[in-house]
Amino acid sequence: MRINRDRLIAFLMILPSLVAIAVFVYGFIGWTARSSVSAWEGLLPDYTFTGLTNFIDLFNTPRFQIDIRNTAIFTVLFISTCLILGLVLAVLLDQRIRGEALFRNIYLFPMAISFIVTGVVWRWLLNPATSLERLSGLNLLFHQAGLDFLISKWYTHPSFGIVAIVIPATWQMSGFTMALYLAGIRSIPEELREAARVDGANELVIYRHIVMPMLKAITLSAVIILGHTSLKIFDLVMAITQEGGQGYSADVPALNMWYTTFRALRFGEGAAIAIVILLTVAVLIVPYLVYTFRSEVEA
Amino acid sequence: MSKKRLPNIIAVTLMFAMILLAGCAAQPSGDLEVFSWWTAGGEAEGLEAMLEVFAEQYPDIVVINATVAGGAGVDARAVLATRMQGGDPPGSFQVHAGHELIDTYVVADQMESITFLYEEEGWLDVYPPDLIEILSYDGEIWSVPVNIHRANVLWYNAGVFTEQGLTPPTTMDDFFAVAEVLEDGGIIPLSLGESWTVVHLFETVLLGSMGPDAYSGLWNGSTDWGSSQVTQALENFDRMLDYVNEDFAALSWDQATQLVIDGTAAMNIMGDWAEGYFKAQGWTPGIEFGWVASPGSSGAFDALSDSFGLPKDAPNRDAAIAWLRVCGSKEGQDAFNPIKGSIPAHTGGNRGLYDQYLQSAMDDFASDAIVPSLMHGAAASPSWQQDIIDAVALFLGGRDVSAFQAALVAAAGDAGY
Repeated sequence: MRINRDRLIAFLMILPSLVAIAVFVYGFIGWTARSSVSAWEGLLPDYTFTGLTNFIDLFNTPRFQIDIRNTAIFTVLFISTCLILGLVLAVLLDQRIRGEALFRNIYLFPMAISFIVTGVVWRWLLNPATSLERLSGLNLLFHQAGLDFLISKWYTHPSFGIVAIVIPATWQMSGFTMALYLAGIRSIPEELREAARVDGANELVIYRHIVMPMLKAITLSAVIILGHTSLKIFDLVMAITQEGGQGYSADVPALNMWYTTFRALRFGEGAAIAIVILLTVAVLIVPYLVYTFRSEVEA
Repeated sequence: MSKKRLPNIIAVTLMFAMILLAGCAAQPSGDLEVFSWWTAGGEAEGLEAMLEVFAEQYPDIVVINATVAGGAGVDARAVLATRMQGGDPPGSFQVHAGHELIDTYVVADQMESITFLYEEEGWLDVYPPDLIEILSYDGEIWSVPVNIHRANVLWYNAGVFTEQGLTPPTTMDDFFAVAEVLEDGGIIPLSLGESWTVVHLFETVLLGSMGPDAYSGLWNGSTDWGSSQVTQALENFDRMLDYVNEDFAALSWDQATQLVIDGTAAMNIMGDWAEGYFKAQGWTPGIEFGWVASPGSSGAFDALSDSFGLPKDAPNRDAAIAWLRVCGSKEGQDAFNPIKGSIPAHTGGNRGLYDQYLQSAMDDFASDAIVPSLMHGAAASPSWQQDIIDAVALFLGGRDVSAFQAALVAAAGDAGY
């Protein structure tokens, strides 16, 4: 009966976190889902079932339509820029350069800072004044470098404010992508590369035909991690734009959810936004979970 | 003894009896939690001054000063809402007078009416009827206003106006004429800040274009949001936005005020808390900076007020009522307001304590039509207010007046008007 006793102890060890997760993650998801189909507006909970009314209303509001567009633009630009920059940095660092550890840390450090802190700094750097006497931050830098055509309204641009948010987000997360790729490249057995060199392949061909194909799994992990960061992004946008930029051109669903829930006190509609965010993240994550689960079983 | 003197004697006897009774009745004691978002400079000190007055009058009550910083009260309101939902109300809490209180807590049946306090303290005679109207719902009064701020004030850099040979505008037409001259002179006519300050500007334009009666009617259904009067106001607003600093979405209200101080901009429409900012920069009211009612709105006082109410099941009801008595009293308000830089809601305030601007505001408050502020919680429910904030923000994106008006009509419809 020894095995059973071990199992019992193991079960007891994970029980507290199991209970905590059941209540504080799944319980609250359930509660939010229930609220999202209720008429709850104002302070007192009102669980009158209203079906999908909140969702239909939501998709009909211009602000939420802009949010969806912004999330799409942000996600595509953010993920692709991070992947490209991360890969380039990793390949550069892979050249066994001197002081590699130093560079690795420099690129990775931004990730250690909270989005709120970087947001405050970038809010200042991305100062949107464009008239010459009031330039500041990046705009001033561009002007002094003679690059006046780069001067921009940044996050207050009336239609593409969200693109400006991609810059700080990429700055913060591309180092992390680099670390992932670097680990991936280093895990490729040196013999493979040696063999290719013996066969007369140059470095470019080695990256193209040996390294890149073996990084597919890394890319997938990176897309998952960056993707859910970008779909849920709140703190960075809050710190930079406060209320979503001019004409909500930099607004995102999470920001909308905060104002809808806690300023307008429309708890039902706020919960509906939260559920939409959860579903979009799930669309990204669930296939990945199924995939990893299957490969674990096979292994 | 004549018959006339008998009632007097009875009255005097009764008075003595009451004084005796009052002396015997236990003074309220225990802990009282006062919840507010007054954490910054003058307002925190003003609260301290009022708490001192309270401590003198009710030495047995221990006040727990619970403040939540940040976001012009948005964060504090989120904390408060959670506590009220959880059945853990503070003794008394700060809330914007008017619909923010009524539509959040009164309709949810979480407040106790305090009409009785107004009757006992004789406040019905010393608070303006327009203000009582804003505080009332269902025939009852729900909170005690501690201070009054005015939203519809146009602040101007007096030096710039003298240099350009201009006089401050009082009507919409004046404003546009002045703005043209300033723009030609290379000065930003009107400084503006982030989105809530745009909504603030918007409400003063509604008021200035439509007049106090029609403006007040917007909030009770008697003025139609689809009317041509509103269209005219929206067109004025649209035109006004042509004269503001391009980076407004990135500036806080005080950074916008700073533009006027720097002389980069000439005018700023902001609530009268801006006066404290001018003074903090060493400027004297009436010398370096001046003020007039925002264009078209003279004779109207767009008011917002911080008030305290009595939650149902307050942990220490007697102490909370004692606190409300001090909040509503002349002494309490004269301790708080000169430091906060606002005027007392109580019309009997001691004028000598207030500076030149505040004295002029006290005069206007006593004589003008008082209307509720939208952005500062007095005019509309939080939900309706958010719809209008959204409509204004979207208007800034496309500047489409008819779509803007349609959104405002829809928002009023959602709010039940």
